Amino acid sequence: MTPDDVPFLPRGVRLHFDKVRDTWVLLAPERAITLDAVGHAILGEVDGTRSFGEIAQALAARYDAPVEQITGDSAGFLGALRDRRFLEVAP
Amino acid sequence: MKIPPPIAMLAELTHRCPLSCPYCSNPLELARQETELDTETWARVFREAADLGVLQLHLSGGEPASRRDLTQLVLAARDAGLYTNLITSGIGLTERRLQELDKAGLDHIQLSLQGTTAEMADAVGGYKGGFARKMQVAEWIGAIGFPLTLNAVLHRHNLHQLPRALEMAVEMGARRIEVATVQFHGWALKNRGALMPTHAQAKEATRIVAEARAALKGTLVIDYVPADYHEDYPKRCMGGWGSSGLNVAPDGQVLPCHAAQSIPHLKFDRVTDKSLTEIWYRGAAFNAYRGTDWMAEPCKSCDRKLKDFGGCRCQAFALLGDATATDPVCVKSPQHGWLTSQTQAELQGADAPALGDPVAGEAGDVFDTSELTYRVLPRP
Repeated sequence: MTPDDVPFLPRGVRLHFDKVRDTWVLLAPERAITLDAVGHAILGEVDGTRSFGEIAQALAARYDAPVEQITGDSAGFLGALRDRRFLEVAP
Repeated sequence: MKIPPPIAMLAELTHRCPLSCPYCSNPLELARQETELDTETWARVFREAADLGVLQLHLSGGEPASRRDLTQLVLAARDAGLYTNLITSGIGLTERRLQELDKAGLDHIQLSLQGTTAEMADAVGGYKGGFARKMQVAEWIGAIGFPLTLNAVLHRHNLHQLPRALEMAVEMGARRIEVATVQFHGWALKNRGALMPTHAQAKEATRIVAEARAALKGTLVIDYVPADYHEDYPKRCMGGWGSSGLNVAPDGQVLPCHAAQSIPHLKFDRVTDKSLTEIWYRGAAFNAYRGTDWMAEPCKSCDRKLKDFGGCRCQAFALLGDATATDPVCVKSPQHGWLTSQTQAELQGADAPALGDPVAGEAGDVFDTSELTYRVLPRP
């Protein structure tokens, strides 16, 4: 994930609030992934228009954290989703 | 023990199917069309499932496209807030029907693959022209843009086609492939001798999958169900009995797994008599093998008991007549040696087309189907 990449959730992958378990989940083909607050915050910023660099800046401002740390953490998280084809990067 | 809510529900909408695969996961006694739940009842069951905590709904069969109300059922499932997956052979789907399913909000399609050539696929499915039809359906699926999983079912006669199946998944634009080696329940158990891969094939398949996972990382996700009987420990069936998923049969019986009706002393509740919540938490069949209290030795004192829950209850019953016994595919089962000698005898002299064998290509796709028992639906 480079700063210019524009990540998006492909068709068939969506955020869903699980009322029964009182948590956010990511629903994907034959998978449901429970999201913690950090995971939900990151994916909440993924809108298919803003770049990864912009998303990291926004999160850093919102959570008053160093942008390098946010970048490292979210790149790992989004990269793992991308490997599983739950996230794509606009060409 | 705190019982968690289920994550997934398999709705077997019908047992009708144009194919008659000899490893069909439907029970030996298939439900007739006149016993099938109607549209409104399924819609209610979907709402009850969502309220219970189900996130993923798998619309299956038989062939779910054999239901004329499939689009209405998808609409009802999405209205209930469920992630909706269609498990299909493709037969019975037209371009127009797929467009309707798209509008109804279908999330994902899992397309089965009986072989990578028409000769193989049509012989396995017992349906001439099925492969050509499926390839057409795959094109429509791709054009509409449905997320796709290819489900390649493998056994001794088609395991040599695994490399091609992986290529086909990439060509079709599938994000996932399930490489599922036949598990021996129901119809497949009847055909065990004819379908069981050789030990060499099973090992080769594992190697191919490992290599493909590395080579196709980020392109194709590979879920792998290794050959039954060839591993040391049993599979964690259903993630543990009554722990994460449930099945609703075409006639509304609620099952802890698709094969549970093969355990004759279990009594199954129906969605027409009780709520799904009542059945999941308090139903006798769901509580029969939940957790570990039902276990006998060697499972009871085994350090793997929370890992695989003693393997498959249906398999223990089918092979040993005791659903509380250790699954005999486990090396720790006292009956493991007996099972191994039985399957070795069945594999004696078995002809399996070798991978990379130049003559295995087309010649390997033709095999003697007279030894197979195809599934049959009784006529009304």
